[in-house]
Amino acid sequence: MEYYVQKIKENGKIAVDDLILIKDVPSYGGSKILEGFHSLFTAEVVERLEKAGYPVSGTTPVGEFGLDLVGEFSYGHTQKGKLYGAAAELVKKGEVEFALGVDMNGAPRRAAALSGIEFLKPTYGTVSRYGIISCAASGEQIGVYASNAETIAKAMKIIAGHDEKDGTSLPDMTYDYSTTEAVSGKKVALITELLEKADDDVKKQVQKVVADLEKKGVKVEKISFVNCQTACIAWQILMAAETCNNISRYDGVKFGFRAEKYKDIDELYVNSRTEGFNLLTKTMILYGSDVLSKKRYKDCYEKSLRARRLIAEQLNALFEQYAAVIAPVCSTLSFTDYDVKDAFTKVYNEMVFTAMANLTGIPSLTKGAVQFMAKPFGESTLLSLARVSEKEDK
Amino acid sequence: MKYEIVIGLETHVELNTKSKIFCSCGGHSSAKEANDCVCPACCGMPGMLPVMNKRVVELAATAGLMLNCNINKYSTFDKKNYYYPDLPCAYQITQLNHPICTNGHITIKTKDTEREIRIKQIHMEEDAGKLVHEGNFSYVDFNRTSVPLIEIVTQPDFRSADEVLTYLRKLKSMFQSSGISECETGAMRCDINISVRPEGSSEYGVRTEVKNMSSFELIEKAINYEAQRHIDAIEYETEELIQETRRFDEATGKTFAMRNKETEADYRYFPDPNLMPIVIDDAWLEKIKANKPIILDERENLYREVGIGEKEIAMLLSNHVLMKLLDDTVQAGADLKTASSWILTDLIGLLKRKNIALTADTIAPAKLARIIELVAKSVITRATGKKLLDVVVEKDVDPDEYRIANKLDMQQDSGLLENAVRKVLQENETMVAEYKAGKEKVFQALIGATMKELKGKAEPSAVVEALRKALLR
Repeated sequence: MEYYVQKIKENGKIAVDDLILIKDVPSYGGSKILEGFHSLFTAEVVERLEKAGYPVSGTTPVGEFGLDLVGEFSYGHTQKGKLYGAAAELVKKGEVEFALGVDMNGAPRRAAALSGIEFLKPTYGTVSRYGIISCAASGEQIGVYASNAETIAKAMKIIAGHDEKDGTSLPDMTYDYSTTEAVSGKKVALITELLEKADDDVKKQVQKVVADLEKKGVKVEKISFVNCQTACIAWQILMAAETCNNISRYDGVKFGFRAEKYKDIDELYVNSRTEGFNLLTKTMILYGSDVLSKKRYKDCYEKSLRARRLIAEQLNALFEQYAAVIAPVCSTLSFTDYDVKDAFTKVYNEMVFTAMANLTGIPSLTKGAVQFMAKPFGESTLLSLARVSEKEDK
Repeated sequence: MKYEIVIGLETHVELNTKSKIFCSCGGHSSAKEANDCVCPACCGMPGMLPVMNKRVVELAATAGLMLNCNINKYSTFDKKNYYYPDLPCAYQITQLNHPICTNGHITIKTKDTEREIRIKQIHMEEDAGKLVHEGNFSYVDFNRTSVPLIEIVTQPDFRSADEVLTYLRKLKSMFQSSGISECETGAMRCDINISVRPEGSSEYGVRTEVKNMSSFELIEKAINYEAQRHIDAIEYETEELIQETRRFDEATGKTFAMRNKETEADYRYFPDPNLMPIVIDDAWLEKIKANKPIILDERENLYREVGIGEKEIAMLLSNHVLMKLLDDTVQAGADLKTASSWILTDLIGLLKRKNIALTADTIAPAKLARIIELVAKSVITRATGKKLLDVVVEKDVDPDEYRIANKLDMQQDSGLLENAVRKVLQENETMVAEYKAGKEKVFQALIGATMKELKGKAEPSAVVEALRKALLR
């Protein structure tokens, strides 16, 4: 497996995925359509890390625009056999201290599960999205891969905070990334609907974490949250709509890949995009166009926005009772290569675990195959729960 | 049968801001080369996010106040999707569902009618770039991309081309004088929605839209052509009218239907998740209101109150440079009515003679105000004032320095005047005799001779008086 798309520095300390732009470094976003493109500026998060003494060793492959499971359909880096995420593997091997990934469809959280490390998707608006190849602006967020909660907290302290270049970046406030919150006596909910969708390996991990937490005085209660599936559908609709819109700029006119043969402007568009995108992206474009069409807008897009509000309210109510929610982050730990025509369904089936966090903007930390979710800005609770569970691993 | 023409307008106006609507690129109108005024954001490169230019909000709200609109506390942006090479992101950011201003009105007066035009809404949006075709190649120029626009949408309240033009002239003058827009060529563009119906009917006829018109002259032609086409279709059944989008062909003077492909597009609008809703709180709105320029109707009343003539008022209202100069001259201390007369009679006359166009740099308002003051205080005569104006326009000299250096001050010493009169009467005995014999005409010649003797440095009225006195003796 190739771990880097672009190697930048031999003595770099961290890796970032190929959706995060660095000045003068070729960035494909995993897609042929961006062949030859390199950014004129550097992402805010990378600027902050470099200033803090964390140079980037290189960029890691992602699936085309981060739309697949863990990067298996990255242009020029298609995976065979057992699937892994490149950034997660680099962290697992200890080649970098931590890595950054863009979490839109849960791919980095899944990758962390497959490699047995951790990934935090922070609260929406806390980390600047300036300088990422953006698809689903309303729910994507840069997060941190690391082997432990302590390192994640350290990285978050550097990258989080207001950025005037991002209109969705929350106004100046200080965020707390503590790993030492007292967990004893806290109540945590385990979502049964999601647990039932996971295989035995994943279930075992969940059970172990539950047992570890209970040992530390955490009270774990099984609950039902039927709207997991609704959250998945709603997020898929919003994500497809926004992705379709955001990647419509890749048209062969200005930069990146352009088809060799075309008679007129319509053919230039059609041929460049036909040759430049893979089948998963094309499916997403069609799906996104469809849900935004006059015919479907009310029933699909608008309803999804309502679902987003409703589910956020339900989760808020849940977080009144529970400090955090636990659920598996994926159905299995052994994905193998498959045909791209099955990708849309495969990703959808996995998104049921991860979509709630993207849809509603709440933070989600996955430790192996077990994810913790909390109310907005509840990262310290997640980090502390993860840390307690890490100690039991030793 | 008699028909009534019904027209609604959508007018795009480019706002006069330092930078573009969502990025910090500025100065596109003075860009010398294509793509001089672009950045990764307005070129549609990945990674850049739109950041709202607050000045755009203020100018749009000011336009709304001038058109008596509600300024909405909460407004949002939507993305409008379509592919065109001059649109780098393949979507335009605009306001569909929650525009910044709604429900306004403006009164327009034509020769024959006075009518209130209802404003449905004003929304903010970004402009597209430009395509340049040369031989077998087409080039894109993104200088204009993301330049801020407002679109002003009226109800179908116009009943003639004349009313439309009156409205557009009024908008133009309003926006120019308030600095909202420079309204240069192409910076104000209209889509014209037009239908006809039998006079007295309350139902609307089939509506067509003539897109992207900027010249007033062509707008008039297009409306008249299109209205007649509708009437012919109804009256003589020349064709079946359908609701469609059309373009006006300058060469033939006719409108033609655009391809269906272009008009039946589904723009797949949706709210832009990258831009938070614009919230105009009371404090901000008060600040915008405080900076609101005098609106034209108020100005018109003010001019009338101080006794400026109707013809002069019309001249002022139609020319924002004149209005601005008048404003600034008054600001510099001149009396409004006196200043208007100096500007509209003396300055305009002078410029006409010299064949110079009036611009913001023609004369410094403070200098003009000083000339007016010198005359008002009888330091110089009005005639000298006019000459001084000429020199100031020509060479931009300081009025006081020039007046002192060239000894232009009025002759205050009545002894000098009397001496001059005496001398003139002695030298022109024949004329004096003629005058005394009843030939009044020679009096003018005597005035002229006296003024010449005094080198013009006397008030004509004083000369007349002194002459009359002397002749009576």
